[in-house]
Amino acid sequence: MSVVDLARWQFGITTVYHFIFVPLTIGLAPLVAGMQTAWVITGKEHWYRLTKFFGKLFLINFALGVATGIVQEFQFGMSWSEYSRFVGDVFGAPLAMEALVAFFLESTFLGLWIFGWTRLPKKVHLATIWLVAIGVNASAYFIVAANSFMQHPVGAEYNPNTKRAELTSIWELITNNTTLAAFPHVVAGAFLTSGTFVAGIAGWWMVRKVRAGRKASDTAPVEEARTMWRPAARMGLYVVLVAAVALVFTGDIQGKLMFKQQPMKMASAESLCHTETDPDFSVLTIGTHNNCDSVNHLIEVPGVLPYLAEGKFSDVTLAGVKDLQLTYNEKYGVGDYRPNLFVTYWSFRAMIGFLAGSILLALAGFWVTRRGRVPDQKWFSWLSLIAIVTPFLGNISGWIFTEMGRQPWVVAPNPTGDQHIRMTVQQGVSGVTAGTIVTSLIVFTLLYGLLAVAWFYLMRRYVVAGPEDPAPTDNGPRMTGDAVAKLSFAY
Amino acid sequence: MSLPEFWFLLIAVLFTGYFVLEGFDYGVGMLMPILGRGSEVRKRVVLNTIGPVWDGNEVWLLTAGGAMFAAFPEWYASLFSGFYLALLLILVGLIARACAIEWRSKINDDKWRVWCDIGIGLGSWIPALAWGLAFANIVRGVKLDAHRQIGGNLLDLLNPYALLGGLTTLLLFMLHGALFIALKTGNEVRDAAQALIRKLFVPTAVVVAAFGVWTQLAYGKGWTWIPLVLAVAGLLIAGFAATQGRDGWAFTGTALTIVGATALLFGSLFPNVLPSTIDAAFSLTVDGRAGTVSASSTHYTLVVMSWVAVAMVPVVLIYQGWTYWVFRQRLTVEQIPAPIGLPLESAPKV
Repeated sequence: MSVVDLARWQFGITTVYHFIFVPLTIGLAPLVAGMQTAWVITGKEHWYRLTKFFGKLFLINFALGVATGIVQEFQFGMSWSEYSRFVGDVFGAPLAMEALVAFFLESTFLGLWIFGWTRLPKKVHLATIWLVAIGVNASAYFIVAANSFMQHPVGAEYNPNTKRAELTSIWELITNNTTLAAFPHVVAGAFLTSGTFVAGIAGWWMVRKVRAGRKASDTAPVEEARTMWRPAARMGLYVVLVAAVALVFTGDIQGKLMFKQQPMKMASAESLCHTETDPDFSVLTIGTHNNCDSVNHLIEVPGVLPYLAEGKFSDVTLAGVKDLQLTYNEKYGVGDYRPNLFVTYWSFRAMIGFLAGSILLALAGFWVTRRGRVPDQKWFSWLSLIAIVTPFLGNISGWIFTEMGRQPWVVAPNPTGDQHIRMTVQQGVSGVTAGTIVTSLIVFTLLYGLLAVAWFYLMRRYVVAGPEDPAPTDNGPRMTGDAVAKLSFAY
Repeated sequence: MSLPEFWFLLIAVLFTGYFVLEGFDYGVGMLMPILGRGSEVRKRVVLNTIGPVWDGNEVWLLTAGGAMFAAFPEWYASLFSGFYLALLLILVGLIARACAIEWRSKINDDKWRVWCDIGIGLGSWIPALAWGLAFANIVRGVKLDAHRQIGGNLLDLLNPYALLGGLTTLLLFMLHGALFIALKTGNEVRDAAQALIRKLFVPTAVVVAAFGVWTQLAYGKGWTWIPLVLAVAGLLIAGFAATQGRDGWAFTGTALTIVGATALLFGSLFPNVLPSTIDAAFSLTVDGRAGTVSASSTHYTLVVMSWVAVAMVPVVLIYQGWTYWVFRQRLTVEQIPAPIGLPLESAPKV
């Protein structure tokens, strides 16, 4: 494999890995903050126990999110130094802002939240988790703004003397229409992930408790299912509903932008080889996708694609891959400007399809908990567990579609922008040896693999262990002064 | 002061913050098995001195990296692609450390803790050594060619001057960490830390002074005698205060040494950001003076970033300072709660 292929694999593996943990962090921080707020306001003990329980899972996850994020900060310079030179003037700004505004906030206040349970006044302690929640979401904004510049460069112009893209307007950069569409989509995806996570775990515990109580003829577990797990599950389900609506809505806006700004990405997402007026939306194809002519469109739905592209049902002409390839050849010189058609086609469908997992859980969950009911159906506990996985797969598929659909560009030319601001991955890679990248690829993959096993073990262990009973001191008076008392938490 | 010069200063400040704050974190990580030998609860006292703050301290590195990218993209690109494998080693250490610290108390089992301690060790020893090594090489110059690529291999980084630099940061961070532990703990752990400081002080002082003088004589400017003198004075203050049991002053002393040493390195480097040993014309400088290559971003980017930095850095300092205030009291073995981790076993049958 060439250096550029290896560098792409490495960036892909490390980024996908990072983005397994990131959405759960982004979405779960506000939910834990919400649970703690419910406890502070109502004083109900079960909200306290839920805050502690999901807080623990949040922290196990946060560690790996931080650890894998450090790599990303430096990988641009390590593996993509020519890219970093070309766009550093523009791309560095949101990265530095992300660290200054968001990373400091979330990491500092998370430390206060973890260790501050008996050190800070109740309301100050509550404020710390809200600041963490704001921090993690703010960081998403800046990094999505940076990524959106690669998809749709704005706010910059090409300087032929320095041969690089130079920032002309920070305002245009951070209000890039691609950013404004992508950020809510990413956040909605994160909330879907955490809503499904909370609802899934609470749903599984609900069934488990009811059945355990019935078997032992004990009312306490059934009561716990009713007072604690049912509200938690419904909280998660409401988040899922809102997030799913937001995802569809923002996804539609994003799609319309992509048809205008990155037509090749959308053409390949549809395996649309030839330019057509009012083409049908493809649901299933077979064939070797990377050869346009061998693709057989098996199931198609009329009307959908024109609507997705321009918001109307007819009189929409969409460019096909082959014609775009010819146009790009004329515009940017001879080359292959097609992304991997197989990956873009299927990742797009996978992203949309995996939404079904969360929606199914929401429909079933609202039904089985209707009017105060507490479910005991075994199938529901299985559905709850399986559904937890689906938003993670959806998030990953979505990013793979976005990033691989941009190939071969690392900075895709903006059709209405400065045509000189464009760069292929081939031009962006560092001048390092293949051996160097192979070494790091192997090291990262092994280390990440090991940590993923430990992460899954810990998550599973702590989910199954369930929440602890509240210790008497936790609800009691706060520690003041230098009194020698046990810490509420110590590593 | 021009904007590129201001940003050079700001990046120096960010690295100074990183070394002062993470310096004692790495020291704590290195000393945890030594000061806590044979006693799990003493190990936990040592680790928990940095418990609430280590994550925020580490962000100084990310911010310094981001600031380099934004203000001097050429520097960021050349340095990190040129020092690829060295940086990979640091990253492996930092990844292992972050997970090990957070996960250590999650499972109550000796074998689990041994693995976490290895992770904390890797993540403390490697960067403590590697940052001195890296900065000494930057000041010394690298084989930077006309295409802004750094030639040579990993072994080129291991020259005597750089090895002394690595040993300097290693010992200095360890002493800094020992003083931090003495400041933040009471009773037996504090006694153990103070005993260690007495053994560590003289070798550290000798190595730091030797590296400082070598740097000053080989690469220094007239005014960089000042930070060198400050660095040495900081060490003397630390040594004297430590013998008097004045932990706060002693810790301030090594903090001053780290500030002085970092100022000496960045001062010696200026106006270069990455000097070339092949041809001075290939050197990367803050603003491309005297026919060299400018590493800087455009004026507009620097203006924007200056506003952000001027607005945010004081806010960050205030809330980080407040965090240290909240957790200001000394830790003792009596305050460490019983382990709350789950036992190491496969999860109960569902």
